Amino acid sequence: MNHLIILPIVWPLLVALLTLLPPFDRSLLLRRYLSVGGSVVLLLISVLLVIQSTGSPAQLYQLGNWAAPFGISLLLDQVSSLMLCLTSVLAVASSLYASSGEDEGGFFFHSLLHFQLMGINGAFLTADLFNLFVFFEVLLIASYSLLIHGGGKAKTRAAVHYVILNLVGSALFLFALALIYGASGTLNMLDLGTKVASLSETQLQLLQGAVALLLVVFGLKAAVMPLHFWLGSAYSSVTPAVAALFAIMTKVGIYSLLRVFAMVLQDAGFVADWVFPVLWWTGLLTILMGVLGVLASEDLRKMASYLVIVSVGSLVAILSLGTPESVQALLYYLVHSTLATAALFLLADLIANQRGKAGDRLVNGRKVAQPVLLGSAFIVTALSIVGMPPFSGFIGKLLLLQAVSEGSAMLWYWSALLGSSLMLLIALSRAGSILFWQVSSSDAEARRAGGRRSTALVLLVLASPLLSLFAGPLTEWCQAAATQLQTIANLSPGAF
Amino acid sequence: MELLVAIIIGVMTCCAVFLILRARTFAVMLGLTMLSYAVNLFIFASGGLKIGAGAVLHATEEYADPLPQALVLTAIVIGFAMTAFLVVLSIRARADLGNDHVDGKLPVAKNTRQGASS
Repeated sequence: MNHLIILPIVWPLLVALLTLLPPFDRSLLLRRYLSVGGSVVLLLISVLLVIQSTGSPAQLYQLGNWAAPFGISLLLDQVSSLMLCLTSVLAVASSLYASSGEDEGGFFFHSLLHFQLMGINGAFLTADLFNLFVFFEVLLIASYSLLIHGGGKAKTRAAVHYVILNLVGSALFLFALALIYGASGTLNMLDLGTKVASLSETQLQLLQGAVALLLVVFGLKAAVMPLHFWLGSAYSSVTPAVAALFAIMTKVGIYSLLRVFAMVLQDAGFVADWVFPVLWWTGLLTILMGVLGVLASEDLRKMASYLVIVSVGSLVAILSLGTPESVQALLYYLVHSTLATAALFLLADLIANQRGKAGDRLVNGRKVAQPVLLGSAFIVTALSIVGMPPFSGFIGKLLLLQAVSEGSAMLWYWSALLGSSLMLLIALSRAGSILFWQVSSSDAEARRAGGRRSTALVLLVLASPLLSLFAGPLTEWCQAAATQLQTIANLSPGAF
Repeated sequence: MELLVAIIIGVMTCCAVFLILRARTFAVMLGLTMLSYAVNLFIFASGGLKIGAGAVLHATEEYADPLPQALVLTAIVIGFAMTAFLVVLSIRARADLGNDHVDGKLPVAKNTRQGASS
């Protein structure tokens, strides 16, 4: 068995525990080195996993060497290795950015960051639905604490909503899992996939009840309309490094939807009957709500939060097509949108720091101290999010549009996506011109961004041109990942 | 027996939903606790209800499904930790925001008693 597969879960746990032990508990400097170093190692591990998974069949890791439907299994395929890699890129940027002072707000910042990474990686790797619940809880309890890191009224208020909503979500998740177990007698994703075809009518009805609950739970995680209301206040009140890491959290919901509906249950008749239509329409409405939020935002961080919602809407709608092309487009766009919104969260903080009292609110303010760095970062990120060539957003949106190429679906999706791009173009160009050009006094604040912050920002911003530079191999890779995802479901756990 | 268990779970869930929809953090917390009880019973029942069946092999002729018992144990532990976190967070919110409303601010009072308490 390939033991590298479990390392993305064990390594962050180890780093998180080490930060609590001497000598790291004495010195913030050592904790920073450990945290950033740990994230870089995690990145190396996930790159290795990407290399291993490319072109080879999916691998199953049996924990404790228990045979598949009885023990817990981890599944490494191209999709999960891609998500791991994306998470660790964010982890490097986030831990680096936090090391410039944000981590002074509480002792446990770096520990929580790595516990959170453990939960996220676990959720991406697991092939067992109950284990998915457990990793959701791991990432959630770390995110609760990271959300209120630094303290303050706005954070506490957002945290109360976030925690209560997610606790209700967890309860619903458990109801769904019990129903699935009651109906099919298994919680292993691959086992469930093979058993679905042989379920009786009553069992299928029970399973549909469970699926409806799962839709609510994953929809809440992904912030799909009408379950998106928590996101705006939560993401705009957290500290920037945490917000950058949280950019992956909604994608955990999308990933779970993808795993369960595009892989495990893809052959079940009811998925095409009602699950995909529900996802399709809520996805389109999510785009609309996100766009309205973006247009109404009073500051850049709120705008970035609603941009997350717009991207979630586009992804959920495309997911509901269930074709290999749509999964390919989804994977590429998911990587692009995660990195771009994370960059925008960091950028919003840097701009806010340099504009004195005006902060990142869209009002006249001081000139920023580093107009070249921040301005060029802003224009790259904004153009990329809007979907202008030559950046990755253009290619991502092109793939999305190509995946929907017939019938009324095309009409709806093309108008939603293109209309939203136009609105984002208006909102972002207005924001950019106010922030950088409408300066009330010429004296710039002296608070220039330090090396760590700029490096983290540049790392995320550069991802966009890189994604479009290597778009050819990347889209081919995503296509292979999409085909692989749909063939795995037909394999029983014993086939590995 | 199935009917009785189903009714118990249903009633608990109803009470939980009612309490969660209240506007004060304490009631919401009680509601969430009750919901997690309902969930735990539900998971427990998902393996099928049997009387006199052992939980371990060779103790009795017939045995109960052991997996829901393992699941419920995990769910109890996690639910307990999460509730503990919410208790602390609610106390913190009460201190930070000056009231125990879930929105952090009291709605504009139509009822004078509520308005006076802020």
